[in-house]
Amino acid sequence: MTSSRTPADRRLLRDAAAIAAAMVAVGASFGAITIAYDLPTWVPFAMSTLVFAGGAQFLAVGLIAAGNPVAAIFAGLLLNARHLPFGLTVSEVIGPRLRDRLIGSHLMTDEVVAFTLAEQDPSRRRRTYWLIGVTLFTFWNIGTLLGVLLGGAAGDPATLGLDAAFPAGLIALILPSLRDRTTRRVALSGAAIAVLLTPVVPAGLPVLCALAGLAAVFLPSRRRKDP
Amino acid sequence: MLLATIIVLAVGTYLIRLGGVLLRDRVEFPDSVQRLLPLAATALLAALAVTAALMEGAAFAGVARPAGVLVGVLLAWRRLPFVVVVIAAAVTSALLRLAGVP
Repeated sequence: MTSSRTPADRRLLRDAAAIAAAMVAVGASFGAITIAYDLPTWVPFAMSTLVFAGGAQFLAVGLIAAGNPVAAIFAGLLLNARHLPFGLTVSEVIGPRLRDRLIGSHLMTDEVVAFTLAEQDPSRRRRTYWLIGVTLFTFWNIGTLLGVLLGGAAGDPATLGLDAAFPAGLIALILPSLRDRTTRRVALSGAAIAVLLTPVVPAGLPVLCALAGLAAVFLPSRRRKDP
Repeated sequence: MLLATIIVLAVGTYLIRLGGVLLRDRVEFPDSVQRLLPLAATALLAALAVTAALMEGAAFAGVARPAGVLVGVLLAWRRLPFVVVVIAAAVTSALLRLAGVP
């Protein structure tokens, strides 16, 4: 990062630190679980550096440990399919240079996309994408290392309430955009579709089906006549 | 076999990510579709957050987690800083669990 830090930068760094701390704890539980499954020590590191997608990593090591590598690949890729529309959306933010695109794509996560879209100004969006992306990649891997070293002592992230921290953080980031009525309709119907489908279809698919919430765009916008 | 599994998952995930980023320029999207993209991303993020808040696998996640998320969302709605939102959500559900709430 370059010389002068604005108040907006300091706020961003503080937010990044909060999410990074949570990332370390969840990364540690990933490292510890992988070792508890009796998988080789290099597995969590290969996953956290090369795959770098929390949900898919947990899902995949579980299926690999259960002796079903093909299912691990399909389930992991299905869970990560949402990154295609994310990529379309943040493409402009990452910029036109091939090198930026090759590296920036690997840093793409739900949190990075949410932080980026929460910014309005294009240059701030770019700064946010890279700062949050690099921070999360770094601390996810530090967490993984700690988990491998600590093993069972790494603890369960649920004890710390971290399973509530991540959804709350994501909602906090998209909340301002929900002031727009169309966005609110699309987001709420998408979320409802996903929750209803979760018990009946495989992991990953419910969230993709949330895209059907886009149909709400075509609802009549002036149905309410009363003031 | 183990290494191959991880490599395929990693390459597949990377190509999905890169695919979206590169496709944006390669394909001429009409304006109407371009305007839908941020909406699509918000719908996906909302769906992720709400399913993560309410569900554990195919079942309901219990009380402690949704309650923590709700506290966080209320604070975010009152425009408290992100750090406060995240910590309050975690502390709420951790304390509820400590008190024996599932």
